[in-house]
Amino acid sequence: MEIISIEATDETPAVTLDASSNTFDFSGKSLPEDVSTFYNPILDWFDSYSLNPNETTVVDFKLTYFNTASSKCILDILMKLEEISEEGNSAVTINWHYQEDDEDMEEAGEEYADIVDIPFEMMPY
Amino acid sequence: MSATEIKVGTNYMQFIYKFHETMEQQKLQLVYNGEVNQSITKAFVSLAEKNLDETNESLTTKRRVYHVMVECLQNICKHADDPVTGEPDIPGSGIFVVGYNENAYIVTTGNIVSNERIEGLTHLLERVNHLDRDELKKLYKEQIKQSRLSDKGGAGLGFIDIAKKTGNKLIYHFEPVNDVSSFFILKTKISKS
Repeated sequence: MEIISIEATDETPAVTLDASSNTFDFSGKSLPEDVSTFYNPILDWFDSYSLNPNETTVVDFKLTYFNTASSKCILDILMKLEEISEEGNSAVTINWHYQEDDEDMEEAGEEYADIVDIPFEMMPY
Repeated sequence: MSATEIKVGTNYMQFIYKFHETMEQQKLQLVYNGEVNQSITKAFVSLAEKNLDETNESLTTKRRVYHVMVECLQNICKHADDPVTGEPDIPGSGIFVVGYNENAYIVTTGNIVSNERIEGLTHLLERVNHLDRDELKKLYKEQIKQSRLSDKGGAGLGFIDIAKKTGNKLIYHFEPVNDVSSFFILKTKISKS
């Protein structure tokens, strides 16, 4: 499967999506002007991945900041992962990393965990 | 509202001095008036990050000021209207002001909105202002699930999120400009924690 590897910028996160090495990573900040242009290819990638997912799918989110438009796109990704999980072909877990004293990022993870039915590991660093 | 005409000359120099004095007195760190696009947004938030790093503010305060600035600037960029036609004007223009006092940072924006939008904006702002923190969290979760990104790329979450993160009421005012539009002023307080 195609590998997505995007380097971080001052307005978009680093993204690595590589099924062969079982790596699914988002890190950095997200406040692009046009969230759809950035996130649509990522959602499309997960659509293809869902056809033949790995036995386990552990997705790491290590974001330091995201705006509200990005927060919607992140939920779209999580809902896609929830679908994959519900189809029963892959055990999906989210590792939600946040800086130890970043209560807002911690809360954001807790809120996502409430909304989607997949296990979240809260990982302060 | 009539703008005072400023002629270049002694009066203009005095105006600049008064303007400077007023900014000092009001503790305004940043005043910008003009088009707000993504590069302006990034420039201001990085300036604010740098200024905040030189203060003793808590990381939470710094992060919240940064967050509110981004949301407010993107609001102007995506949601300002043209004063004559009342149609969306993207990237929008407006005024952006960051000030502070002993207890809080204050981020204020002003931009033109079509009069047709006043009712909807007032309804949303009043709704947000009447909710406590748990109710805001609940509304946020409902909204993020239901919302679809608009063609402007907004998720309709900005005000809810600002109110939730700051814990303060959103202060707003609509100043009539003409038959089709008004100047929408929004003041957000980020308490120092």
